Amino acid sequence: MSGPLLSARGLRLAFGGVKAADGIDLDVMPGEFLAIIGPNGAGKTTFINMTTGYLKPQGGSIAYDGEPILGLAPRAIVRRGIGRSFQLPQLFAEHTVLENAALAIAARSGLWSPLTPLLRPAWRAEAMAVLERFGLAPLAEARADALNEGARKLADIAMAVALQPRLILMDEPTSGVAAAEKMSVVETLVRVLREAKVTAVFVEHDMEVVERFADRVAVWNQGRIAALGPPQQVLNDPAVLRDVIGIEPAHHA
Amino acid sequence: MSGTVTAPARRVAPIGEALLALLGIAAVILAAWAVPWLKFILTVALAKGIAVLGILLLLRAGQVSFGHSMFLAIGAYTVAFLAPALPEALLLLPLGAAIAGLFGLVIGLFVVRYRDIFFGMLNLALSMVLYSLLEKLYSLTKGTDGIRVSGLRFAGITPDLATQEWVMFGLALGLAILFGLLVRAYLGSPMGRALAGIKTRETRLEFMGVSARRVLLAAYVLSAVMGGVAGTLVAMTSRHVTPQLAYWTSSGELVFIAVLGGAGSALGPFLGAAAFELVRVYAAAAVADAWQMILGAVLLLVILFAPGGLWGMLAGRLGRRP
Repeated sequence: MSGPLLSARGLRLAFGGVKAADGIDLDVMPGEFLAIIGPNGAGKTTFINMTTGYLKPQGGSIAYDGEPILGLAPRAIVRRGIGRSFQLPQLFAEHTVLENAALAIAARSGLWSPLTPLLRPAWRAEAMAVLERFGLAPLAEARADALNEGARKLADIAMAVALQPRLILMDEPTSGVAAAEKMSVVETLVRVLREAKVTAVFVEHDMEVVERFADRVAVWNQGRIAALGPPQQVLNDPAVLRDVIGIEPAHHA
Repeated sequence: MSGTVTAPARRVAPIGEALLALLGIAAVILAAWAVPWLKFILTVALAKGIAVLGILLLLRAGQVSFGHSMFLAIGAYTVAFLAPALPEALLLLPLGAAIAGLFGLVIGLFVVRYRDIFFGMLNLALSMVLYSLLEKLYSLTKGTDGIRVSGLRFAGITPDLATQEWVMFGLALGLAILFGLLVRAYLGSPMGRALAGIKTRETRLEFMGVSARRVLLAAYVLSAVMGGVAGTLVAMTSRHVTPQLAYWTSSGELVFIAVLGGAGSALGPFLGAAAFELVRVYAAAAVADAWQMILGAVLLLVILFAPGGLWGMLAGRLGRRP
């Protein structure tokens, strides 16, 4: 397990004239938390979409655990152990939070049992255990569309974690979460992912979150990785501050 | 559209649902015994209820099939074609179901790639192709004249007419209970809950490693089997099959019954079918020229004032809010 868990080489994808990926090389090491930052339209979500099979790059390669995954359908990639959560939570709105989590657990064995209840004792217990780790147990019986944004984000990630991935890609896990609850949401998230030994790549706009929780930061700009390294180094790089974050270095210093 | 008619209006405790089912079964038997000429109508209503269970499954996925009576026709014509050589009803029934299921699988592989209006219209188009074939291939199907179903045997016995009516009624009731329980279990299972997920978040299914198309296909095949069962029952009861069974108005009727009965419970289709057939009979007797108008008015009132259908109205009285 010394090699990278995820390895992207020379990824290219353009939408019309806009280069969403213009030669992306990136290695994600097992166990690390890698933050992706950068201005809107830099290609951050595109990278997640390419890795999860939702978009097909025009060039380059992606290997997961040493094996190429490019060209596989999203559900085949999920089955190999790459989970994802969404900027806009993708929950089954008419189902309860518990059923949402239980469906993810059922999905691991392919869902194909037409006569035994979804909320059979074993799956109900496991779903409750997942929800408890995320602090969502009190909301288990609530309909998913009745939750506030923070809870919806956590439930969305809980579903991805219930699939027991080795790598999770999270698109802005804290966007839309009220400022007051943001840090607690992230703390819960990081604790659960560390416990489950899940490697994480997450797109994030909040530099405080990045500084506190990321092992490494990749700075996206116009489809390229402009900088890559530990947060204290990258977030103090004058070029990054000026071009990507939009702060004059002197002001920050 | 489907959002208003398919959402379970309220949750009723399983015991209440079971009690209501038992009451319904008792009422149907009592009615068939007390009013002999109702037996035929109730048998057809139970058969249609089984077909509408299939519509209900697809409604849960937010999909409406406007051609589903093609599977009913396939079951019915299976009986009509095979009865001369194989008059055993207890073999014709599973055969009709299996052949309808097979058609369901082949057609399903194609239609589950589409959603909403495309799904509905493709089903409609395919059912009209079947209708045309049944109508035009006169040497095989006798066209619009249809085929008479000749003397059936039940477990080797040919009962007299009165007994046979009871046997058909009993078969229809038994199968209605069986498929009602089956659909109820299915809807609570992972596959049934995923089916409902197609309506709200199909992409999430894919990102859980599940093929949404296969989830829909499984339900589609099951609904085709139930359509086939309904068709065999209708053919054996009415003793006459015509292409009308596959005509779009027949499919529309199934959707009509589904909305009338409500999609919140496996009881809904049977409530709807019973109400539909009874209103039809009595309205046709009372005002021969206007019975369709009366049915239309009933449906309009249900959609406007009871979007959960007849089941929703009952559940509202029995149930508690979730």
